[in-house]
Amino acid sequence: MDFDLMITSFPKLLGATLVTLKLLSASLFFGLFLGLFFAILRLSKNTFINKFAYGYSYIFRGTPLLVQIFIIYFGLGQIEYLRTTFLWVILKEPYWCAIIAFTLNTGAYTSEILRSAFQTIKPGIIEAGKSLGISNKIIFYKIQIPIAIRQSLPAYGNEIILMMKGTSLASTVTLMDLTGVAKYIISTTFKPIEVFIVAGGIYLFMTFIIHNVIKYLEKKYSFQQ
Amino acid sequence: MELLAFGKTGWGDELFYATLMTIAVSITAMLVGFLFALIFTPLKLSKYKTLNLVGNFYTTVIRGVPELLVIYLFFFGGSGAIMYVASIFGYYEYIEINAFITGSMAIGIISGAYSTEVFRGAIQSIDKGQFEAAKVLGINKFGQFYKIILPQMLRLAIPNLSNVWQITLKDTSLISVTGLVEIMRQSYIAAGSTRDPLFFYSFAAVLYLLLTYISMKLINKLEVKYSRGY
Repeated sequence: MDFDLMITSFPKLLGATLVTLKLLSASLFFGLFLGLFFAILRLSKNTFINKFAYGYSYIFRGTPLLVQIFIIYFGLGQIEYLRTTFLWVILKEPYWCAIIAFTLNTGAYTSEILRSAFQTIKPGIIEAGKSLGISNKIIFYKIQIPIAIRQSLPAYGNEIILMMKGTSLASTVTLMDLTGVAKYIISTTFKPIEVFIVAGGIYLFMTFIIHNVIKYLEKKYSFQQ
Repeated sequence: MELLAFGKTGWGDELFYATLMTIAVSITAMLVGFLFALIFTPLKLSKYKTLNLVGNFYTTVIRGVPELLVIYLFFFGGSGAIMYVASIFGYYEYIEINAFITGSMAIGIISGAYSTEVFRGAIQSIDKGQFEAAKVLGINKFGQFYKIILPQMLRLAIPNLSNVWQITLKDTSLISVTGLVEIMRQSYIAAGSTRDPLFFYSFAAVLYLLLTYISMKLINKLEVKYSRGY
């Protein structure tokens, strides 16, 4: 055990954690809206819209995240037309490519989580709202969405942790996130175990925090208070 | 389309073999995972606190740390660890483990953590009366597990195991960083030499979709088989 290496690499890894957290929060933020949007599409009665939303979630859940990042980072740059548009400003940056890939990926999972949450809402609740003369729009925003969010908290907590682990793939497109820096230190010092303990410890700490925050929220917003 | 031709002119045969490699790694990893689950599920269900702790440590650490980091640990640390063990037995030559073994071990350990959780959940949801009835009937320990608990457990575990399989299959793409030529690595090579990454990575995505689709169909059949009578 090389404790000196563990101590000297800790600040470097902690700095890289900031990149991981930035990637995670940005993709979760955008992914939540994307997921909500596609969950609503999934509930649509129009077969075409429904199939489209299902296809989106099927493709992004059925392929590895690595493929998705590579298609966006390496693949899209190949389209000549894209290079001339303003999109190229975003797509030439690995940072934004990673966020786009993560957002699309977590959006697919989130849409499934929210869809099943919407479907578990008892029809009686919506009927009660209707009989009170509340408009459909307000029923959706004030009754269905809050209940669905509460229902999906445990599953969404898992998704946050999965996404946090997913951000490690950003290191494959040259970003120096926690895993990227850990790999760099391992490959220069050839001390994999020490670095794994420190980097893994930081990841576990983040998992622990996320897990407990979700648990707290679940308790706070539980129906039986 | 000529990019996918078989033989020397295209990448069809290379990608075909790469797909077989992905399947082989996934199956090996899944089996290694079962082996780990076989060890750690009893630990998690044990009456003893220390054994529980060991089981929980394994599942918590593996499920809380990115797969890529575990793979790097095995990739950079694997041969060092084996050489250390060998040096105890007086063997000091350089030992290199091939990428297939490193990869399937790394993915296997990850998959094992998920399988352990699935088996634990399945066993815990079997009615206590079943264990007691088996005991009362005087069936021996082996028969109790093999004839009574296992069949009931499988029915409950298969839907979740199918998720574990999907995760494992997708995780194998990460082994490409170690140089094992599976779908992802082959696409990377092909994309590099033809300068057509969009096509090859999209094709890789299609291959993965195909694999997940086919395995879902097969698992659904298994599910039907094991839930007959319900």
